[in-house]
Amino acid sequence: MIKGINARKILLKSGRIIDPFSKKTFNGDLLIESGKISKISDSISTKGKDYKVIDCKGLVVTHGFCDMHVHFREPGREDKETLESGSYSALAGGFTQVCTMANTNPVIDSPEHIHYIVSKSQKLPIDIFPIGAVSKGMKGEELTEMLLMQKNGAIAFSDDGIPIQNAQFMKLALTYSKMLNVPIMNHAEDIFLRNDGVMNASSTSNNLGLKGNTSLGEAVMVYRDLLLAESLNSKLHLLHLSTKEAVDLLKQFKSKKQLITAEVSPHHLYFVDEDIDSFDTNLKVAPPVRSKKDRKALIEGIKSGLIDCIATDHAPHTLEDKETTFNEAAFGMIGLESCFGVVNKVLVKENGMSLKSLIEKITVNPRKVMNLETNLFATGSKAQITIFDPNEKWKFKNSHILSKSSNSPFIGKDLVGKVKFVISKNQFFTL
Amino acid sequence: MLKSKHLIGLEHFPISDLNKIIDTSFKFKEILNTESRKSILLKGKTVVNMFFENSTRTKISFSLAEKRLGADSINFSASTSSVKKGETLKDTVQNIESMKIDGAVIRHGHPGSALKLTEYIDGAVINAGDGSHEHPTQAILDMVTLKEKFGKIKGLKIGIVGDILNSRVARSDIFALKKLGAEIVVCGPSTLLPGDAKRLGINITYNLNEVLNWCDAVIALRIQLERMHLGRIPSKREYHSEFGLTYEKISKLKKDIVIMHPGPMNRGVEIDSKVADSDNAVILDQVLNGVASRMSILYLLLGDGDIKL
Repeated sequence: MIKGINARKILLKSGRIIDPFSKKTFNGDLLIESGKISKISDSISTKGKDYKVIDCKGLVVTHGFCDMHVHFREPGREDKETLESGSYSALAGGFTQVCTMANTNPVIDSPEHIHYIVSKSQKLPIDIFPIGAVSKGMKGEELTEMLLMQKNGAIAFSDDGIPIQNAQFMKLALTYSKMLNVPIMNHAEDIFLRNDGVMNASSTSNNLGLKGNTSLGEAVMVYRDLLLAESLNSKLHLLHLSTKEAVDLLKQFKSKKQLITAEVSPHHLYFVDEDIDSFDTNLKVAPPVRSKKDRKALIEGIKSGLIDCIATDHAPHTLEDKETTFNEAAFGMIGLESCFGVVNKVLVKENGMSLKSLIEKITVNPRKVMNLETNLFATGSKAQITIFDPNEKWKFKNSHILSKSSNSPFIGKDLVGKVKFVISKNQFFTL
Repeated sequence: MLKSKHLIGLEHFPISDLNKIIDTSFKFKEILNTESRKSILLKGKTVVNMFFENSTRTKISFSLAEKRLGADSINFSASTSSVKKGETLKDTVQNIESMKIDGAVIRHGHPGSALKLTEYIDGAVINAGDGSHEHPTQAILDMVTLKEKFGKIKGLKIGIVGDILNSRVARSDIFALKKLGAEIVVCGPSTLLPGDAKRLGINITYNLNEVLNWCDAVIALRIQLERMHLGRIPSKREYHSEFGLTYEKISKLKKDIVIMHPGPMNRGVEIDSKVADSDNAVILDQVLNGVASRMSILYLLLGDGDIKL
């Protein structure tokens, strides 16, 4: 856990201010008073003032990051993650807002459950917005009370973890959610084509003797969902894209409709199936890390703006869940603490994406999809600020992890770009 | 008399026939309000009421209308007939036809069944509800009720709330109201609204308060609870909260609106008891107008036309 101090009067001095809402970048100062943005200008005098001054020379000052896709395991598996431990994990990664998936135990499938998450999150240092389940018990059979859930704070709807296999049910869900103006986020994998695969179907899976999960499973269901969403004029958000096929399909549909959005996870941008050469269970994830060709398509997709957002799919698991055979290990990896260092390295340093553009993918874009406020640097706004060094090289270690779980394949990897300070909910955190 | 020989649906029904039926209904309502409540306008005529699907008020309403007109009526219901023994609709009907009848009232679970019947019998066919298609006599009694209440239908603002997609009442009401020049907004969960609102010439909204604040009268439709199991609505609670005519919603309105419901009601789901039993509700007037309207329909389709009212 990290301790914050009251963000009563804080002056961020001489930082490179990047505002992804106004798309302005300049060197200057940013003053926070009583936890709110008070002034942004080229230079703010400190004479005779009792500001706490933070030297931001060489650092980027931008919106707090927003992760629209995390799994905090409360209620049910508090040994893996709680709403509280998850929020510190998020802070460590520079995130001031996260959206939590509904696949807890019990499933977040009623207004009462939504209310539970909202009220339990009130006092936490970041904003937590619960995503409600699309179907009762995530069984893919009956719609949840989406209208009442939204009134209680549900920000979107997803059965993530379990694909909505029944196309008629998906059609009804996309129809019902039209009333709410929020996206349905489907875990797009055809379960029959997935065929119990534990990694990408490839020569590596053949060599290792592991059951393969074909990229067609994602492609088929992404295509189905895109067709349905387009014909119904409904909002659809594609979760954790992993295949070139899905990116190509998105390209076909995205030009026609603005209602379709998509995300990619850092691990799909960083790893490929060949990295699973020694059965590292921390690389077991759904959908699986794919081929070099897929990774390249995902990088191109996020660079071109076709893919809107980066989302970690932070999925904590206990050691027991991972210290087992590849077949038996749980799917998923944590991702909040390592996110920025990973995507900054892969996209900005190695693939020529602009830092400004990257910032959009983890700030304004996910907030737009989730109907959250995007103009965070407006005077008087509650300060949600992340300050990072875009060039710091560091090795990701266990000690950087604030999550209750440590199932990360990034441990030991050299990353570039490190979050230094975060301001969230009237508190200033030094990392 | 009428241009039409049958009353199958209102979509293609001549507006002059519709107006004539409505106007004549008021004359029958006068008769119903007299001491004797009876006439002999259809004396000697035989009407068969064929109910292949359960019905309480429509069946009673037709029977009563026939009795009040002095017609002979015979009742037939599928549950106690040879239909159970596997007889086809055609055979059943032709057997009845050969017994010399002048008119047939049919309620059937399948769309198009009333129209089909016109091929098999010579008498007038009156559709008392064919599946999710049309329920023209219900719509006519609704028009009579509206005209009675407001003096006209042209220009009225009517909200229809509920399962528009599957409701024969909604469909017939929409056709009648459009013909007569009313404005219509339909409201319900998106899973129960038609995708072709433009073609129907109606507006759609998911916001019930918006409709209630706009309309002169609202028609709440019965929500068929089996729709829930077909996954189109998540719960009674959510439906009631968002689309139910609750006392809370109605009591906040700045002006009084007329509350209608074709029955049978699911109290506590699409309508609160306090609203259904309020002074603004004309639900029981609809029932009496149902008898008058059906007398009017039977008289105009089966009568000789030379007997003056």
